[in-house]
Amino acid sequence: MELQLEYFLILAAGLFCIGIYGLVTSRNAVRVLMSVELLLNAVNLNLIGFSSFIDPVEIKGQVFSVFVIIVAAAESAVGLAIVLAIYRNRNTVDMEQFNLLKW
Amino acid sequence: MDLAQGVQTVSFIILTIMMFSAALGVVLLRNIVYSAFLLGAVFVSISGLYLLLNAEFVAASQILVYVGAVNVLILFAIMLVNKREAFPATSRNILRSGATALVCIGLFTLLGTMAISTPWSMADQSGVVVEGSVIKIGKHFFSDFLLPFELASVMLLITMVGAIILARRDLIPEEEAADLRETDTYQLQERPRELISVGDNQSEE
Repeated sequence: MELQLEYFLILAAGLFCIGIYGLVTSRNAVRVLMSVELLLNAVNLNLIGFSSFIDPVEIKGQVFSVFVIIVAAAESAVGLAIVLAIYRNRNTVDMEQFNLLKW
Repeated sequence: MDLAQGVQTVSFIILTIMMFSAALGVVLLRNIVYSAFLLGAVFVSISGLYLLLNAEFVAASQILVYVGAVNVLILFAIMLVNKREAFPATSRNILRSGATALVCIGLFTLLGTMAISTPWSMADQSGVVVEGSVIKIGKHFFSDFLLPFELASVMLLITMVGAIILARRDLIPEEEAADLRETDTYQLQERPRELISVGDNQSEE
């Protein structure tokens, strides 16, 4: 059994679906950010898989995944700062109670 | 099947099992500190998968950035908002998570059939002599991806400033700061802003 591109794609799809489930169902705001990190990692796995199997000479997929890692780091820093600010204002991290902007 | 392929297959299976169980633990466990540590396990196993895909540089930066920075940042945030609260129950909770699980399984089926049925145009890996991926990525960064590379550094600077501004406490001077100074207890010269609560506004008005 040789490693195929499809295995990695299915792996990334599974990780993406777990991330979506966590993103929708979790109540804790920090856990939502952790699910977003799972989603970004699934996308990165796809990019690296394509760059290794389809474009092994010019590995541009790896360059793209490095940019995704940079953006993910920035996103988690700003996201956690926002969570801290909301926690100071509302004294909770429950996603159901962040309804200041609800109509 | 020679030895190298067997090692690759076995490590792929082990990393897959590790990654899926840790990811399910991140989403499903009640204690969020366990979820944060399992998130680190997910990152480490994904970095192992990158090594299987001949991407050494991305594997190293995955360990450095995700396990070293993002995971520690998440742990710090958990410690800062460490309040064991029982979330008030919402209506039709089982129905909500059931519908979400159904949608996720459907999405997984769709993506899986797409990945299997599409004829990917594979490059033949036989005669390709690949130089080190670090050298290749460095050449890309300083030739055709130079502008995004520089923009990424500017974006990181902006992010740093923005995160500090967002997470900073608002300084509210206390009137009774003078007599606080005489007591032995040390207190911060600032306090969090007054709580905004939506429900109380209507009763006040």
